[in-house]
Amino acid sequence: MSDGLKTKPAPTVVALERDVRPAASVGRQLLLRLRRNRMAGIGLVFLTLMMLMAILAPHLTPYQPQQQRLLWRLQPPSRDHWMGTDELGRDIFTRVAYGGRVSLVIGVLGSSIGMLTGVTLGATAGYLGGRFDNLVMRVIDIMMSFPGVLLAILIVAVLGPGTHNLVVALSIWFTPTFARITRGCILALRDVEFAEAARAVGAGSARILFFHLLMNSLSPIIVYMTLSVATSILVAAGLGFLGLGVQPPTAEWGIMVSTGRQYLRDAPHVILFPGLAIFLTVLSINFIGDALRDALDPRLRV
Amino acid sequence: MHKYLLKRLILAVPTIIGVLTLVFLAMHLAPGDPIDMMIPPDLEGSAREDMVNRIRAQYGFDQPLHIQYVNYLTRAARLDLGRSLRNQTPIIDDLRRRIPNTLQLGFLSLVISVTAGVSLGIVSATRRDSLFDNVAMFGALFGVSIPSFWLGYMLMLLFGLHLRLLPPSGFGGSVFTVTGLRHAILPALTLGTTSAGVFARFTRSSMLEVINQDYIRTARAKGLAERVVVFRHALKNALIPVITLLGIQFGAMLGGSVIVETVFAWPGVGRYMIAGINARDFPVVQGAVMVVSTGFVLANLLADLAYAYVNPRIRYE
Repeated sequence: MSDGLKTKPAPTVVALERDVRPAASVGRQLLLRLRRNRMAGIGLVFLTLMMLMAILAPHLTPYQPQQQRLLWRLQPPSRDHWMGTDELGRDIFTRVAYGGRVSLVIGVLGSSIGMLTGVTLGATAGYLGGRFDNLVMRVIDIMMSFPGVLLAILIVAVLGPGTHNLVVALSIWFTPTFARITRGCILALRDVEFAEAARAVGAGSARILFFHLLMNSLSPIIVYMTLSVATSILVAAGLGFLGLGVQPPTAEWGIMVSTGRQYLRDAPHVILFPGLAIFLTVLSINFIGDALRDALDPRLRV
Repeated sequence: MHKYLLKRLILAVPTIIGVLTLVFLAMHLAPGDPIDMMIPPDLEGSAREDMVNRIRAQYGFDQPLHIQYVNYLTRAARLDLGRSLRNQTPIIDDLRRRIPNTLQLGFLSLVISVTAGVSLGIVSATRRDSLFDNVAMFGALFGVSIPSFWLGYMLMLLFGLHLRLLPPSGFGGSVFTVTGLRHAILPALTLGTTSAGVFARFTRSSMLEVINQDYIRTARAKGLAERVVVFRHALKNALIPVITLLGIQFGAMLGGSVIVETVFAWPGVGRYMIAGINARDFPVVQGAVMVVSTGFVLANLLADLAYAYVNPRIRYE
């Protein structure tokens, strides 16, 4: 009887042990979840193609982006010119490929710098609290009181158009959102036990903030970062279109649409392809961003 | 409720002052002499000299910064936004003529995007993971990703130039007339597409959140028809957060109107602002930015008040 009592629980324990596989690492879980998302796959493939096209541009086309051949202006797509030629006889495929370099670099730069300043501000404000937090959050409230892209437009209007100023404007424009997201995460985590434990073993504020709190707030930051690259490309193209961003004759998608609009009736291919390039690039990044959000933050997956 | 209203109203004042301050700082802390920035680069010789002196006197640039700041705020409070450097017209008069055009376009596109977005979101949420849901959410992401200026030209090409159903661009007067409305449809569609995508995604997730709550299960358990559960029980609560989004999206439209008005030659505030930037007519840019951002703050205030009104948790506080 006593034997029976002793041995009886044993099988359950064994069974349990057999069931407990080593937990998949966070990264592995993420990969698994991402792989299940077909849209993310399509987005990733397309984005890779776009990046390859931008990087390998000189090897993909026999033309130069600024090479004018006035006799061949406004040609429709053909075997020699896959996307046709523009009003100065420049090959549109070449310009779309070279334009990808500009757009992708600006997209990544604008949002990364915005992320760095925003995360630093938000994390410090959330961690320190008090007056500094108050000041930062008020300034951020005010920055967010400019509707849509107006703040970026204002900054470019003041600094003057150009690639450099465009990146500055985008970074400033993204800062408030990153700051708000980060501050929210830090506030939620500040008094959590593992931070207290770190403090108890003598970790300094900076160490706790960056290695413990910030590392645990990465998910929303990564998700917003991905989406902001897409927004950044969209806004940069929009400002280029308005004449406030990258300046002609640089091959840039927004400018290409802007100069091609005069020929809309007779040569719609001039604006069709650069616009499609913007649209599909932004769409594929958004696919990836959505999938990342689903994978990193199951709470948000409704 | 009254306390909340009062609090929100009072809080809007420092926000507006903050926005005006930021515009002021942007103009005055920018690299270079603000007067240089205000003068058309093609102006030379004595004409340039005249203009420098006139601007200096007009804007009081010879005075200390804090005095300039106070003057700037008091003038703004009196709705005196200065005169255009190019045309010498009072900016507030220019804006007064253009604001209704921008607002009409904005409201029309808001109507389009809310109708399309919210209904797509509701149906998607009630038929989660169905084919409809997948297609609708795919379409919503399309809407969010499409560059509005390009979409504008594509719509213009299709409906204006090929099918000739609508005027390709231009302004036909008030949208409450047939000609006016026909001119406004394409720009409003262009402006509303992004927002429709945002509304669809937001409504869907808000609706799903509500549908998973206990009181919905109770309603279903009582044997209520699904239609009643969705429209009478779930929708009411799911739409409350959408009101906040309404304010934000109205602002996004004010910002987006800069591009769409340029595409469709729409005589609104956005195009006025871009014309000001291109002509380096700085008072014009400043005035337009001030008005548009103040409008956005007020729209958000309105959305907040509406939110409080429909949300009993705040109403009865």
